Amino acid sequence: MKETAYWTWFIIAAIVILVLAGLHMVVMHLPALGVYNPASGAATDWQNVAFRSQHQFIAFTYIILLAAALYHGLYGLRTIVFELGPTKAFQEVFTVVLWIVGLILFGVGAYADLAAKSVGRVL
Amino acid sequence: MKNKHYENRLGITGWLGGGRWGVERYLYILHRLTGLAILGFFLLHIFASSARMYGPENWNAAMQILKNPVLKVGEFLVFVAFAFHALNGIRLILIELGLAVGRAEEPIFPYKSSINNQRPLMVVAMVLAGILIAFGGFNAFFMSH
Repeated sequence: MKETAYWTWFIIAAIVILVLAGLHMVVMHLPALGVYNPASGAATDWQNVAFRSQHQFIAFTYIILLAAALYHGLYGLRTIVFELGPTKAFQEVFTVVLWIVGLILFGVGAYADLAAKSVGRVL
Repeated sequence: MKNKHYENRLGITGWLGGGRWGVERYLYILHRLTGLAILGFFLLHIFASSARMYGPENWNAAMQILKNPVLKVGEFLVFVAFAFHALNGIRLILIELGLAVGRAEEPIFPYKSSINNQRPLMVVAMVLAGILIAFGGFNAFFMSH
């Protein structure tokens, strides 16, 4: 991918994170508002967690947020490392490594999201 | 464009030092440091929150660990990093889009710096970050949930 494309996606991911992480903060840290927290108590209480795990919109936004945050974070890390002036060869290898690490972490997070959906349904 | 390789003679020292540049240079450093901190937290968060797929017993056991007061302070520090990174990031995006830096002008001596043009935006962004952090601190330590 060209550097301009990498950078454009980095900015798009930042905007996605602003919206979805903002929503995530409201859900997780302001449970009194009752947003996706039907049971009284903490947002981390199992009833609330199970409810959100089954909820299509929340499950979908978690996967989008996961992808955006991983891309934004790993591209940021790449930028910081490149600013230290490594060789061209190192830059290319590092980019490939970050893609692999990012895809594995995305796989783990997305799998947990989908698996939790069925756990929440059963219980 | 041909990708040229430039030597970074100062290495990490050049990255951390603000030199003769203004407060925005230190925000640049803080933006990177908070970004790295949030990335570290996020990688742990992926695995910690995955505990929900193993059912309520495992989830509750994981949450019990996170109730440790030290981790609660750590969680607040992550929020501080997030609030700063988000507000400073909005400032950077606005500047990148050419907003709040003034119109392009012919460079006639004495030159005007766009840094002075965007400084009010920087002040507003940092004040908003401060308000958000204060609210987050109050919510984390004084509101029971």
